[in-house]
Order: sequence, then C-alpha cells, then structure tokens
Amino acid sequence: MKYISEFREAGHVQKILDAIHRITNHDWRIMEICGGQTHAILKYGLQELLPEKITLLHGPGCPVCVTPLVMIEKAIRLASRPEVTFCSFGDMLRVPGKDRDLLSVKAEGRDIRMVYSPMDAVQIARDNPGREVVFFAIGFETTAPAVAMAVHQAKESRMTNFSMLVAHVLVPPAIKAILSSKQSKIDGFLAAGHVCTVMGVQEYNPIAKKYQIPIIVTGFEPLDLVQGVYLCIRQLEEGRAEVENQYLRSVRIEGNLPAREWMQKVFRVVDRQWRGIGTIPNSGLGLNDAYLIFDAEHKFHLSGEEVAEPEICISGQILQGLQKPDACPAFGKACTPESPLGATMVSSEGACAAYYKYRRSHAG
Amino acid sequence: MCLAIPGKIIEIKEADPVNRKGKVQFGGVVREVHLGYVPDAKIGDYVNVHVGFALSVIDPDEAAETLRLWNEIAEKEEEHRHK
Ligand code: SF4
Repeated sequence: MKYISEFREAGHVQKILDAIHRITNHDWRIMEICGGQTHAILKYGLQELLPEKITLLHGPGCPVCVTPLVMIEKAIRLASRPEVTFCSFGDMLRVPGKDRDLLSVKAEGRDIRMVYSPMDAVQIARDNPGREVVFFAIGFETTAPAVAMAVHQAKESRMTNFSMLVAHVLVPPAIKAILSSKQSKIDGFLAAGHVCTVMGVQEYNPIAKKYQIPIIVTGFEPLDLVQGVYLCIRQLEEGRAEVENQYLRSVRIEGNLPAREWMQKVFRVVDRQWRGIGTIPNSGLGLNDAYLIFDAEHKFHLSGEEVAEPEICISGQILQGLQKPDACPAFGKACTPESPLGATMVSSEGACAAYYKYRRSHAG
Repeated sequence: MCLAIPGKIIEIKEADPVNRKGKVQFGGVVREVHLGYVPDAKIGDYVNVHVGFALSVIDPDEAAETLRLWNEIAEKEEEHRHK
C-alpha cells in the first residue's frame, strides 16, 4: 500500500541502522511516547537491532493503559443501567475494573457496543431515541477532534439521549511530569507523530529547551522509527537539544488548524488522573460549559470511588520509563493479556502486552 | 490507539464545510470518512485517517524528500564502508 510499504522496506531500515551504529559513542536512553510506536518497535524487534548503548524506554502514550480504574468503574456502572446503550472503542471492553470488565457486563445482557468512530455512537443515539446512549471518550489529541465533532453534531441536532464519559488526556503535560521526576533518566524523546499531526510541534520547543532534551516528532513505520532514533542520537552526540520533525509527510508546524479550533470550541483543559502515575495538572480535556449537558458524569451524577491497583503491578514505573515489563514478578505468570492485572497488559499497545506478544516468541 | 492509516480519496460529497464527507480507499477496503478537517483535500489525495476522520493530507513531496534524504545517508554509509 502506498505510503506504507516503502516505509517498511527492510533494506532502507538496515542502512539507517548501520548509520546509527556508526554514530553512537555514548550510552543513551530514548523514550518513545506513543503506544503505537511501542507496539511497532517490539513487532519489528528494533531494540535488538540497535547498538547496545541505546535503550528504548516505553512511554505513557496508550490511552487505554492510562485511563484510571475509577473511570473504568464509572463506565461499568453506567453500562450496567438498563436504559443505557454504552458505546466504546473495542480495547476498553476488556479492561478489568474492581471485579469485572465491560465484556462481562455485556454477557449479563446489557447493551454494550463496540464502535469504530465516535460518530457511530451519535448515529446509534439518532436511531434509538428511546435509549440513553453513552460514548466512552478516551484518547489523546489525535482522537479529540473526532470526539469534538461528534458532540457538536449531537448538539446541532438537539439530541437529549446522547452523552459522553470523557477521559481525554494530553501528551505534553505527561512529558513534563516524567522529566520533572527526580528519578528520570531519559536523554531524548520520540514524540507521537499523529498527536503532532493535530497539534503541531510548537508546544514542544519550550520543553526541549527547559529540560535540554532532543524531541523528535516521529512516525509509526519501521523506517520512521529508525530515522527518529538516528536524528535523536545525532543530536545527543553533538550536544544539541532541539525539536526536529521526522514525520514531515503528515506533520505541519502549526498542526491541523481546523481540528484545533474545534477542540477549543468544545473542550476545556482539566486536571486528570493517569493510571499508574497519579494526577497531573492540566493534563486532560473535559467538555466545556456549552456542552456540559452531554457530560455523562454530570448527567448521571456519577461520583468517583477510588479503586486500588493490584500491589504487585509496577505499570506506573513502566509508564514513566523507570522499569521494563520483564522486571515485574507477575509478568507472563499471574498477569497475561487473557487475565491482565495492570494497565500496561490490557491493551495491545501497552508495553507489557507488547513484550508478552513479541518477546516471549523471541525467547522461544 | 493513535494509529492513523493512509488511504486515497476516491469520492467527495460536498456538503457544508464542517460536514464534508467522502469515500476513502485503503488497499481493497473503502470507508466513508469525515473530511471536515482537511478542507483542501481533493479526489486522488492520500489522507491519514483516524477513527473515521481525515487528519492530514499526506504531502507527496515531503514523503519523497524523506526517502531521498535517507538514501543519501545510506549512500554515505556505503562510502564509509569502502574507505
Ligand atoms: S506484567 Fe502485569 S502486573 Fe506486571 S507491571 Fe505489567 S501489567 Fe502490571
């Protein structure tokens, strides 16, 4: 397929890997932000092909993984109501709450539907005026424009049976939180290409400057990823700390302006709790006052109930680049993708799930 | 989850700009895609699509430039090896 196959060409990738081997003189730790990148790195075994001096750390960029348990519990409570048709992206259905997941609520006969787009949920509400349709809105800046348009259309058509449980998060505050931590040992970042397709690259300049760290906006194909690593290592070896854009074919400096405008119309910036990390100030999006009637927490008067994470799980440290999945005693034993204990095992983009899928088979 | 897939626009239904929609082909699969966020996209353009929304028009010149630049690095590697 055009714009995919040429960026997967093994010969191209190998040449860049050779170049990386040649220019790497020091030990460097690079974090890729996005779970999609983590998945691709494990799938293509890129860590093994890089010089030993380079360690790839896996960041918090998997929305399914960072949605806190208290939100999952709210989703389960909403989905259990007989009048509710609950719509969600597929990945969220298997995330365990306190004692069950959304799929088991569905098995009990409740109306829970997997949707591909937030627009599908609006359509379901239109087709079923007698039902309360709730969409579980999770995601980063990449997904927020779609959610903004969906809620706007619901408002335009004066729908009264549609609402959203909003758990949207933002990337730059998470990067800052990770870098501000005293334990952080990260030398460079690969920023998420599709988040930047929407938001542009400008908000990363002050971060690169303040923390003296290179940030490379990077795509998702193997050639993109090794190029991102190459640019990052080149900066590190030369003592530079700048924002560079590897993903030129999709990312414009200013991002996607119409999408950003719509996000601003619909959302406001709020504090958000990140699973495994805690509350990060100004790190999420919630509906603003003009759209408050579409906020499911408001509509159904949901209150939060703290749910403790399993003690053994170190996913919080993994999401901050302090540990790798195989350091967890439960990894592959008590905790597997079929019965996940923690955040990073639940989604195929979580670091633990990606290690489980690809690393175990490497080990035989 | 932030994956966006490149596909080719094969049909555009003009509506008001906000609700612009079209058909986008991904390999053998055709899907209806919201095009309101790519107001300049034309039939034949490739767009990156995420949860039913086109988020950017893929710039063919920049894509070619990325590949060309990397060929250059690769050639330098070759030269280096033969030194
Ligand atoms: S393997 Fe399971 S329990 Fe261990 S850190 Fe990963 S998600 Fe948590």
